[in-house]
This record gives sequence, C-alpha cells and structure tokens, in this order.
Amino acid sequence: MKNSDISVEVKGVSKNYSSVKALEDISLSVKKGEMFGLIGPDGAGKSTLFRILTTLILPDSGTAAIEGLDVRQDYKSIRKIIGYMPGRFSLYGDLTVQENLSFFASVFGVKVSDNYSLIENIFKDIAPFGDRRASRLSGGMKQKLALSCALIHKPSVLFLDEPTTGVDPVSRREFWQMLERLKTDGITIVVSTSYMDEALLCDRVALIKEGRVLSSDSPRGVIDSYQNTLLAIWGEDMHSLLKDIRSYGEIKSIYSFGQEHHIAIDKNLYNINYIDSLAKKLEATGHRNFHIKVIAPTIEDCYMEFSANKN
Amino acid sequence: MRQFYIFVRKEFLHIFRDGRSILILLLMPVVQIILFGFALTNEVKNVKVAIMDPSRDAATTMITERLTAGEYFSPYMMVSTEKDSDALLKRGEVSLILSYSERFRERLMHTGSARLGLTADGTDPNMASSIILYASSIIRSAELEISGKIFNSGGVAIPNVRLLYNPQMKSSYNFVPGVMGLILMLICAMMTSISIVREKETGTMEVLLVSPVRPIFLILSKAVPYFVLSMVNLTTILFLSVFLLGVPVTGSLFWLVIVSLVFIFVSLSMGLLISSIASTQVAAMLISGLVLMMPVMLLSGMIYPISNMPDILQVIAQFIPAKWYIEAVRKLMIQGLPLNSVLTELSVLLVMAAIYLTASLRSFKDRLQ
Repeated sequence: MKNSDISVEVKGVSKNYSSVKALEDISLSVKKGEMFGLIGPDGAGKSTLFRILTTLILPDSGTAAIEGLDVRQDYKSIRKIIGYMPGRFSLYGDLTVQENLSFFASVFGVKVSDNYSLIENIFKDIAPFGDRRASRLSGGMKQKLALSCALIHKPSVLFLDEPTTGVDPVSRREFWQMLERLKTDGITIVVSTSYMDEALLCDRVALIKEGRVLSSDSPRGVIDSYQNTLLAIWGEDMHSLLKDIRSYGEIKSIYSFGQEHHIAIDKNLYNINYIDSLAKKLEATGHRNFHIKVIAPTIEDCYMEFSANKN
Repeated sequence: MRQFYIFVRKEFLHIFRDGRSILILLLMPVVQIILFGFALTNEVKNVKVAIMDPSRDAATTMITERLTAGEYFSPYMMVSTEKDSDALLKRGEVSLILSYSERFRERLMHTGSARLGLTADGTDPNMASSIILYASSIIRSAELEISGKIFNSGGVAIPNVRLLYNPQMKSSYNFVPGVMGLILMLICAMMTSISIVREKETGTMEVLLVSPVRPIFLILSKAVPYFVLSMVNLTTILFLSVFLLGVPVTGSLFWLVIVSLVFIFVSLSMGLLISSIASTQVAAMLISGLVLMMPVMLLSGMIYPISNMPDILQVIAQFIPAKWYIEAVRKLMIQGLPLNSVLTELSVLLVMAAIYLTASLRSFKDRLQ
C-alpha cells in the first residue's frame, strides 16, 4: 500500500482518563475513499478514538495522521478538511433546518449552494421542513440534517460517531444507503457503530474492545479468520440447555444469540458425527425437542471469539 | 466579516427564540428598579406614631402637630400608659412612640428642659435610626420655636444637619448605582458564560471546534448580543431612575456611559473566564451566583457600607469590580463630580478588564480538555 493511498493512519495510540485506560496501543489505517467501520460496544473507546482523530483531544502516546497531517501539529489544517458528526445530536435545536445548514456552511466559509449537489440526495427529504426547528424533527430526519451539515463543506474525510444509534431500523438502512452513495463521491468515511450487523456494510472494519483492536480486516476477512466451527441450538428449555452444554469440557464457548444459543467448538474436534453425539448426550440429560445445526459465523460471533482469545 | 455577522445573528436568534430569557433580560432591570424604588426602601414615609401625652398643653400639642404635619409621620393613636404603647410597638401597629413627661410646658418654662422620649423598633436598626433622625430633627426645630417664644432668644446651640447630594435621604440615590452594577454584571457575565457552556453541554462546541473557525471569533460573537442587551438595560435603568424615581444624572452622561462600557467589558471577560472553567450550565450558574452575585450584593457597598465592614472584608471588596463601578457611578451620577474624581475607579476597572480578558482568552482551549 502506497503512502499516498492512506487517508487515516493511527500508530500505537494510547489514551488514559485519570486511571481508566480508554485506548491501548491502537494501530490502524484507512485507505482513501474507503468506508471504514469501528465496531464495538459502548465504552469500547470508539468515541475517544474519534476525538483524537478529529483533533479534539490529544493522545497520551502514539501518532495519528489524517491525509498526512499530524493531529498534534497540523490540527488547524485537519479541521479544514474533515467533517465530524458527534455521537449525540449536536445541532441547534432552536434554529430551523435551513438556519442550521447555512450556519454550518458559513462556519466552513462556504455557501450552501457551493456543494449542494453533494448533499442534495440527503437533504431533499428534509428540505420541505426547512422552516421547522431542528428540535422538532424526527430522529431519522435529525440524522439527515446532521449529516448534511457535516458534509456541506465537502470534506475529504468524514467521521461519523455512532450515527445510527437510537435510529429506527428503516432510517438506519436508509442512512447506510446514503453513505454508500457518498463513497462514490470519493469521500473517505470512518464510521463507528455498536450494531455488529452494520459491519458488513463497511469496506473494512476494526473490532474494538476495551480500548484495543481485536481484529482489523474486511468483514469477509474477519469472518474467514474465525477458527472454530459454530453450531446453533434452539429448543424448549433454553436456559438449562445453556447451563448443561456449558459444563461439557470440549465446548469452547456457548452464548445466547437472539432466539438461539451459539456453540463454538474447535475445528479439529468437529466431524460429521459430532452433532449426533451432542444430541445423544443432551437427550441422556433429559432434554427433548431441540435442534442443532452448523451455521456460518457472523461478525458478532467473531467478536465474541476474538475477545475471549484476548482475555 | 460576513461570517462574523452570521455568528452574531445566530446568537441573537438563540436569545429571541427563548422567550423566557428575553423576558427576564429586558424586564429584570425594570422589576429591580421598581422593587428597590418602592418596596425595599429605608425611606421614612407615613410612619405610624403612638403618642403618650399626659400633659396635653400648648407645647406638646404644637410638637405633635409639627411632627405629624408632613408626609413622614402620621398619628396612629393616643395612649395613656407606657404598657399600651409598648404593646402597640410589639404588635407592629406603630413604628415610633412619642412620649412626653408630665407638665411638659411648665417644666420647659421653669427649668429650661423638659423630657421627651422617642422609642423605635430596633429590630430593623437602619430603619429605626432613620426614623429617629427624622423625628428628632423635626422636634428640635419645633422646640427651638417654642423656646424662642418663651425666652425670646434662640440661645440653645442646635446643630444644623444637612445632607449633601441627597437632601431628602432618598434611598434610590444609593441603589440606582447598585442596581446598575448588579444588572450589568448579571447579564454580561452570567448570560455570556451560560450561552458558551450551553454549546459545550449540547455538543455543538465539539462540532465548532472541529472547524476552521477561530475561537476568538466564536467568543466575540457570543459577547456582542449581551453587550447590546446591557446597553439597552443601561438605558432603561437611567430612564427609569430619572423619570420614575426622580434621581437626576447630575454629572456628565457621556462619562457615565464610558465608565459603564468599561464595566460591561470587565463583566463580559469574567463571563468568558467562567465559561472556560465550567462544563455545565448549572455549574456556570452556580459560579456566577457565588463568585459574582453574592459579592456584588454584599461587598460592593450597594447595601452595606464598606467602611463598616471588618478589615478582611474591606480588603476583599477592593477586588470586586462592581465596588469600583458603583463608586464611580455615585460620584458621576449622584454627586455630579467631574471625570478627574473617578480616575482611580476608571483605571482600576481598566486594569481589571485587561487582566480578565487576557486570562479568559488564554484559558479558552481549542481542544476539548
């Protein structure tokens, strides 16, 4: 990978808040024009990393650069070329949609009309509500307005911190479609989310847990690196199923996953007869009416696996 | 420049869209002036007097008439025993008891001195002392007249007390400068700091920091609307005090405005300083309340004279900008003194402005921490 292809470069970044370690030796790189996802639960350190990358806070150690500009020295230049949408709604609720947009345009010294084509697709849905105060918009519309405001100056890199948290599923899907379209405009997008399923929509992802990168790859690559065979089990008494299977020595891990339990076992241990032998064992303990099958791992299963390995 | 205009316009929108705050901002000076002017005064007016007059002769009748003739005192009841009058005072029905000795005129004629007692309710010492002061000055002049009639001479030396600048002892002369100091400080410091901290709290500050906007720009645009509002308030206060309370601007209006501008500047910088310390609106409000309001109310000389305070408080008072401002306004507005008499106050305020402004600009961080 050539240096000029890299948009965001993070090397060995650590950050402590008093005694709490927020980030520990984080390294990752984002290519130009890529959609990069930071995946992890709340408190994993995603927002802290975003704040370092957007020059809002300084790392304790390590370096980070945006388009070759250092977050420490060149923060003023960085602030001209990035767009940032923080985790919470951070527009002016008492200003109208139109006023918010033109205010943020003027913050970056541009007019709304300058880059309107870039946001047209996003903004056209809320344009009819131009005179409505931003606080009275629905959650999905607020997100659209915030995205429009973050894009109005045509940034090279767009940072979106948990843009879909608290947004209904339909608006979430729509939001990702909008990001997909932005990519065609050549904007590098760094987005964080705690919804594991959204990882699949990114070009590359970094799984983050407790301030450390568990894995950084394409979603496909992450799933391919999964070392176990994964089984799903569902049946009548889910609770005692979980308890009983957990007591079996050969099981690597079992955890509930929606309506089912997922069982991870070592690839080498698994053979065609394994499911039958497991079923017999369970029937012997008194379990009836359950189903077991082999399934493909999801990003969330990988996350569970990798974080167990890290510990 | 266009950018700055848009920023300032946005701040005005914030203020005007919040109906409650604009109401408070514009009505506060009016309410304070009216409260201090009509309700919370130390002025002696229509004070109810109980009169115990066992002698009922020409002299006592005359003194009583003189005392109750003006708008200051009104007779409430004639009582015959000390017990009755004390009870009236206790119940708060009267604020002053005037008691004559027996055979008042006779004694005055023969011995040259007769006893006359004034009793006031000491629970409010300020009020009591002004009542006594008023009453004794009226009685003294009446006595003088009586003794003049009797002895045909004004032989007794009686001090002729005169209060300069505020001959009627109107308390509005004292509080108008105080209210000016209080309101300008409140609006500039408190409101500015709250409006900046609000952006921190709602997260918009994060977005603004991650932009090419220069922080000084941001801060100045926050200060402008409150500067304008405090000018409006200054005008309101001056109008109300001249036309409603009858407190004249005896000195130079021009320099009064200039001194006020300097004080507004100091207050704005204090507000900016607070905004960089506080991270929530509540904290900003508390800091403004504790650090600004309390000292302005108590230590600026607005309510209690500084010279009566313990030494340590007197020292602290020197560091309170409002103290200097209020002093300057008293001199310029009430006493009508020329500019050179307030040079000390003006230069102290200028130095304070410089210090606070430097401190607040330095403490404004262009990162989050």
